[in-house]
Amino acid sequence: MSLKAFHLIFVTLLTALSFGCAAWAFQSGSVLWGATAVVAGIFVIVYGVYFLKKLKNVSYL
Amino acid sequence: MEIPYTIETRPDTGLYNAKLGIWLFLASEVMLFGGLFSAYVLLRVGAEHGMWPHGWLNVTLGTVNTLLLALSAITTLLAWAACKVRDFTKFKIFHACTILLALTFLGIKSYEYHDKLIHYEIKLNNGTFADGHMVEESKDFDLAKKTGTVTLHGRVVADEKELMDLRAPAAQSAKLDEVTVAATDIKSMGNYGPRHNTFTAIYFTLTGLHALHILGGTIVIFYFWAFGGAMWKTDPERFTNRIEVSGLFWHFVDLVWIFLFPVLYLT
Repeated sequence: MSLKAFHLIFVTLLTALSFGCAAWAFQSGSVLWGATAVVAGIFVIVYGVYFLKKLKNVSYL
Repeated sequence: MEIPYTIETRPDTGLYNAKLGIWLFLASEVMLFGGLFSAYVLLRVGAEHGMWPHGWLNVTLGTVNTLLLALSAITTLLAWAACKVRDFTKFKIFHACTILLALTFLGIKSYEYHDKLIHYEIKLNNGTFADGHMVEESKDFDLAKKTGTVTLHGRVVADEKELMDLRAPAAQSAKLDEVTVAATDIKSMGNYGPRHNTFTAIYFTLTGLHALHILGGTIVIFYFWAFGGAMWKTDPERFTNRIEVSGLFWHFVDLVWIFLFPVLYLT
């Protein structure tokens, strides 16, 4: 597995963490933190798509 | 004699040697951290009801550290991508960013450790507990000889369980003040270091081991950053592979933090 593939796993887990943090924050009553975490999660997804396009010629192996 | 498969892949594994080596190493690391995470789960489910701490760690600092490591993973990837397109200047810039982000992470972690080490819980002879950050010890303070006083910035509670959940409304609304305790009134006293309870023990073990990995990774990345120029000139392909391998290690360390942060800071 190349760094590209490992980075993709990292980005996926970071997205899950962001939305998980958002759920935790909303449950704790902190709307601002929750909204920030949702925005962060969306930003990570956008970054992931950008990264895949940028490195489309690099192998996953 | 030339070492084989430093650049080209081995036909049987489909990998160059260093990549196979780092994945075998990372597999052993998964077992190491996996064992410690299992220990965390068992300690937590085995804790007496109401005696597992909540809200003891600073979520803001943990979030900042998560962002720092996420950014460092991106700069590591960009450093490798720069090597792929043979741009050594960009490689230097991105890996300088990685090193700075890693050092900032360690600085924040050190601050968090310091905060725990100056935080004391004092069991008093009347059965109550004084808890807070150390303000000062009188010059003649000696717990063994029962002389002098100690001053904390915190509060006094009747039951130790009141100190466990700092997210509870009662703890949130508690007023913190300076509390001075005479040594003659102290039954026992200790800081929030690893010996304090099973939570601090596993917290310091997990985060300490992780911080050591960050430190090790930073040293390796710094070595490539500072002394990699020579290999870059003679064998850029092999150098690029080394950057990929160090990047794989760095991503693994970042991945561990992605699990550590919610487990320790949010639960």
